[in-house]
Amino acid sequence: MKYWQPMHELAICQALIAQVAAVARSEHASSVTDVYVSVGPLSGVECPLVRSAFPFAAAGTVAGEATLHLRQTPVRVSCEDCGAETEVAANRLICGRCSNWRTQLISGDELLLQRVVMRSGRPRRNNDV
Amino acid sequence: MCESCGCNLTHGNEHLVAADGHLARTSSGTESIEVLKGLLDANDHQARHNREHFNQHRVFAVNLMSSPGAGKTSLLEATIDALAGDLNMAVIEGDLETENDAMRIRDKGIAAIQISTGSACHLDAHMVHSALHELTLDELDVLFIENVGNLVCPASFDLGQHRNVTLLSSPEGDDKPAKYPVMFRAADLLLITKSDLMEVLGDFDPERAGAYLRRLANPAPVLVLSARSGFGMQAWLDWIREEINLHRRRLPQEKTDRHIGSRTV
Repeated sequence: MKYWQPMHELAICQALIAQVAAVARSEHASSVTDVYVSVGPLSGVECPLVRSAFPFAAAGTVAGEATLHLRQTPVRVSCEDCGAETEVAANRLICGRCSNWRTQLISGDELLLQRVVMRSGRPRRNNDV
Repeated sequence: MCESCGCNLTHGNEHLVAADGHLARTSSGTESIEVLKGLLDANDHQARHNREHFNQHRVFAVNLMSSPGAGKTSLLEATIDALAGDLNMAVIEGDLETENDAMRIRDKGIAAIQISTGSACHLDAHMVHSALHELTLDELDVLFIENVGNLVCPASFDLGQHRNVTLLSSPEGDDKPAKYPVMFRAADLLLITKSDLMEVLGDFDPERAGAYLRRLANPAPVLVLSARSGFGMQAWLDWIREEINLHRRRLPQEKTDRHIGSRTV
């Protein structure tokens, strides 16, 4: 079995473009102007690589001219012992207050398409807001 | 995860959502749509399908991850030697090129499907699904998926496995969990391999590797072994048997999903 697929940030950008195109289709948009994505440091995805891969994935699609906005989310953990919620480093997920290692990650591994801004290709109806 | 219900959200990240509603019209006449969809949803959906497929056939699926050359295939060869006749096993091999690893496994009389990823640095759920069509899952007890040797990308892609086993070979150094937190946070078991080289190298401390793993809030057990000398192999084989039993007990309750951080995978 043989697959020819690019590095994973480009694979992720292709998935992103597929989702953006689906949103644009359902909203009858003529073009997408802005794409907002949240990336946590523990998602395994590097923002600079996503940024450089995006134009290649977007070329020739409804998002071909779109600007990509990446938002890096903080890594936060909740302590199972003292209950504190603290912001921590990606490779040090212990409680920032009591140093307990038994914590739950509450943010920092997201990889989310958050918002799509587009130009409508549909004639405005009277009851459109 | 689904398209729009917001189940990607936890109270830790819900502040990311702007409060101006699902659809807003901006002053320049454009429309803004809240989507909140995980970029890996298509992969995660396929992975759930794979997991259901494994569960229907009562197969326990293990995803083996490590850097290239950490000894994944050697570990599988030694594991097959020890468990053949006791458990029915099959292997999916992921590499950029060659059938070499699948041939090594087939030499042991075990079914092995080679996935050649070309330039891709990881297996994804769709590749594994295609490989499953070439395997007879009935009568299998355990399926080992040997991921592409890489400490970065494979950790981001759920394949439908029930457990992740991450190998760290002693020549790589004991601080790898601190350097590659995404990978080592995902481990359900850390295997420190090539223990026979520790004496020669003299600078690998398994306890330090374990301490770095705990700093990732990961309670996974740490086992030290050498597939070549056989040292420590028994604990690994016991782990496989125990996990197969636990898996079969969980099956009727349909509680085989994996939970990592804020994501259910």
